[in-house]
Amino acid sequence: MPSSRPLSRLFTQETIVLLMAVALFAGFAAALPGFTAPANLLNIVRSVSVLGILAAGMGIVVIGRGIDLSMVSIMVVTVAIQLQLLQGGWALWSASAVVAAITIGLGAMNGFMVAYAGVSALFATLASSAFVFGFVRSQILSQDVIYVPPSAETLLWLGKARFLGLPLDVAVFLAVVAVALVLLRWSRPGRFLYLMGDNFQAARGMGIPVRPLIVASFVASALLAWLAGMASAISLQSMNTRLVNSALLYDVVLVVVIGGIGLSGGKGGMRNVVVGALLIGILLNGMTILNLPNIHQNLIKALILLGAIILDGQLNPRDEQTSQQGDI
Amino acid sequence: MSKLTKTLGRVILAGACLAGAAIGAQAQDSNPGPEAYRSALEGKRVVMVPMTMGFDLAQGWNHFIGEEVKQFGGIWETRDPNWSVDAGAQAITDLISSAEKPDVLIVQTPDLNSYSRLFKRAQDAGIFVIQLDNPSNYASDVFAGSDWKRLGELETQAVIDHCGENSSRKIAVIQGDQVNASSLDQWAGVQAVLERNPGWTVAGTADSNWDATTARNAAATILQQNPDVCGIVDFWDATAQGTASAIRDAGLQDKIFLATTGSGEAIDCKLLEDGTFGAIVTSELPRQSQDVVAAIKILLQSGIKPGQSKNYLYTHEVARTKKDVTPDTCWSQAAIEAAAKK
Repeated sequence: MPSSRPLSRLFTQETIVLLMAVALFAGFAAALPGFTAPANLLNIVRSVSVLGILAAGMGIVVIGRGIDLSMVSIMVVTVAIQLQLLQGGWALWSASAVVAAITIGLGAMNGFMVAYAGVSALFATLASSAFVFGFVRSQILSQDVIYVPPSAETLLWLGKARFLGLPLDVAVFLAVVAVALVLLRWSRPGRFLYLMGDNFQAARGMGIPVRPLIVASFVASALLAWLAGMASAISLQSMNTRLVNSALLYDVVLVVVIGGIGLSGGKGGMRNVVVGALLIGILLNGMTILNLPNIHQNLIKALILLGAIILDGQLNPRDEQTSQQGDI
Repeated sequence: MSKLTKTLGRVILAGACLAGAAIGAQAQDSNPGPEAYRSALEGKRVVMVPMTMGFDLAQGWNHFIGEEVKQFGGIWETRDPNWSVDAGAQAITDLISSAEKPDVLIVQTPDLNSYSRLFKRAQDAGIFVIQLDNPSNYASDVFAGSDWKRLGELETQAVIDHCGENSSRKIAVIQGDQVNASSLDQWAGVQAVLERNPGWTVAGTADSNWDATTARNAAATILQQNPDVCGIVDFWDATAQGTASAIRDAGLQDKIFLATTGSGEAIDCKLLEDGTFGAIVTSELPRQSQDVVAAIKILLQSGIKPGQSKNYLYTHEVARTKKDVTPDTCWSQAAIEAAAKK
């Protein structure tokens, strides 16, 4: 279908979602007074910044044609352990060092299962998610909610500090996106990740160290999960481990997919994460101003996302390669 | 002669002893209480199924109710559904059909309807059902816990009292969700107080879905739209942490009065004292637990069958501010854990 090529190039999923976000933004801006106030724009970004950090990590793994369903579990577990250590009187730096080691260990464990044991990423991370959370929750933590102890003054200070006028979680989100963007686009491992995600066998054949690369991508997503958790804990001065049971993980996958990083791998980038997160943020913010109850918010969110996927399916029919490889 | 006297003396002494013992026994018989108490309660199995064992309320109940059940010779067990409604239903079903059926089942129901049929089945199987904390549409033998509507009224009144009539008379409300009775009833309480206080309005409201991040984002948005709000009612202390962080971020911590509810664990008193919370209506966990213990003792001695009576034991609750906090206002999770380790 040569005639439809330009149209489909113009309307990639990313553009569709971006247009939807712009349309929603314009609609809310016209209908809701105060929606475009700078503080509210900051609220919009802030409400999705933790989600965005997680989605950046998920995006990296998905580009390499994997998926990491253990992110939320790793996020709550690592932060809970860190807060527990701080409550036990550990210094911030020593506690962070220990937790960093644990986080790298967890990411590497996922990576090894996928790269060396040959378990599918879907099942490996699903199992490790349940195992890690179950183990830590039952053996180490006695409570669902862990508070930042008053002795952790640095963390409490970070919660109130502003970086160029931005709260910590927003600043971290922007920094993560910038760093990941540069690494994915211009670094050698970043380019290799795309090649591997696009065609695993060919990448392997041309000598790309695919197995270490897979391990590295899972370590990156684990570290970003920890970072997202710390950003959230610093802002809320607590970590609720019950997030594991929430829909957060689905929202992360949603942001990645809706933004246009295809689950078949090798496509998309950090721009897609930002676009996907912004759509969700604008939606939630506008609906909160409208005082819509949670169930209606979920319904509307689902309908808009469904609409974006269907529109994308119409404008960008699945090509031969995807139908041969299949999505996850 | 002397021998005879001695023998006689011994016989008399022995007789006297016997008589004394008999009189003693008679004296004991005249107070049948301890024996009736013991025989009715000893070996009785009491099982608690909260929404999860992993939060302050359940750990408090486990301590305050469990210790006393063990004290009167009962068997105390808990099940942990870990927030899963299905796992809770499964646990209750298993308990009803198990060989060692409980005599009393204490359940914190997650919503209005999910367990109603199971409660009926449990009662038919001869198990007393005590609903704790969250009410449902089914009236079982006992409901013990907060009158959530009254609790919502106390929170709202605390905000109005603090703001005063010269304020903007605008409040915001961070609710829980739209299915849990504790949330719906608190909302009814808010409405009831607003009706009694004309001129006061809810400037914005949102559901936190019991998640602190959602609460923070919603509160930030509402405050952005309505910076003149003078007080916020948040339906749970864990989400109120998120709401408080939105207030802090907006730089309004000296202007906005935050009222909430919680279990009364030490963290609540700390947050009250450092000004994060303006007022809190705690569920008075130790006294609430004592109500449950009393209900167990009465049900097991009363001779009535499960399902024959319906009783409501509402805990007396008050709104407390910083100035009401005394060293024993809150109970301590750490102290409970320390006691459990002994």
